[in-house]
Amino acid sequence: MTLTLGLLALGLNAQQIPVYESFQEYSHLLNKKNDTTYVINYWATYCAPCVKEMPAFRKIGKEYAGRPVKIILTSMDFGGNVLKRVRSFMERHQIRSHVVVLDDPDTNSWIDKVSPQWSGALPATVIYNKHSRKFHEGIITYEELKNVIESKMKQL
Amino acid sequence: MKKTVLSILFGLMIVPFALGQGYDIGDEAMNFRLKNVDGSYVSLSDYQDEKGAIVIFTCNHCPYAQAWEQRIIQIDKQFDPKGYPVVAIQPNDPELAPGDSFENMKKRARKKNYTFPYLMDETQEVYRTFGATATPHVYVLENEGKDFIVRYIGTIDDNYKDADKVEKKYLAGAVNALLKGEKPEPQKTKAIGCSIKDKKK
Repeated sequence: MTLTLGLLALGLNAQQIPVYESFQEYSHLLNKKNDTTYVINYWATYCAPCVKEMPAFRKIGKEYAGRPVKIILTSMDFGGNVLKRVRSFMERHQIRSHVVVLDDPDTNSWIDKVSPQWSGALPATVIYNKHSRKFHEGIITYEELKNVIESKMKQL
Repeated sequence: MKKTVLSILFGLMIVPFALGQGYDIGDEAMNFRLKNVDGSYVSLSDYQDEKGAIVIFTCNHCPYAQAWEQRIIQIDKQFDPKGYPVVAIQPNDPELAPGDSFENMKKRARKKNYTFPYLMDETQEVYRTFGATATPHVYVLENEGKDFIVRYIGTIDDNYKDADKVEKKYLAGAVNALLKGEKPEPQKTKAIGCSIKDKKK
């Protein structure tokens, strides 16, 4: 038991968290043209509504494991010890999804590139595949996520 | 005929949605009367002898609001003497964001020596009418014969993290343009911010 937990902790710690200092370097994550459906969430550890919707992403992650659905949690965290804070948050909330940090402070230059519909308020979610994309601002529920993912998967 | 009726119906349906979007450039801002941290009430109409006002929806708890706070104070010091004072409005429901209670607003304004009013949008009607979505969210209003017209909507500058690395001072640029009788460029910007905590949502 102790060993399993230890390995689990090790596994979580081992996940690399890429830090993108410019949106340009990050933007490929929003423009994949393959047979996977991508769920890109914009959040931060200090954002209460983001924390509230996290269990929905965890549930979706588990449910679609092994299927062509990829969740990318894009952290907007800033200030000191960002990686440490994000990592300990992931461990606390048992998040296995891919996490990246987007650290390009000229947000006006890129918010519209995520979606022209986005005001900039956190959280926000983009669900897309090579055929179409859907944007959602504010807390997204498990049911909403599942509905959009299912309809996107049918297009592939 | 059917088509005409349908398009009229659609037209009627679209209007309320359009209103729900909040202000756009050129709209006239509503007058408001909100409680200030000093216990007084402040209205937009109190500013009718000014050239305009910089209305900023901001709060205590949000890291983005905190990161820009010192710059908001600087903006007020820079532009209040020129006729564009800052009016800060706290739009969050304190039950959802306890850090933004009226008591905590008073403490913060005192501790940080706010040079401008810090108002509580208790019913949240003001922020909804403006269409603010996050903190901080700025509306520069120009006083045109006692009507306050929205001239700039958006963010303060292009770097919330580091004031020393700012390259584009959107807000200061907008107010300077208005002072010269010019149109701000850009008139609208966006920024990442904390969603406004609304009791109805």
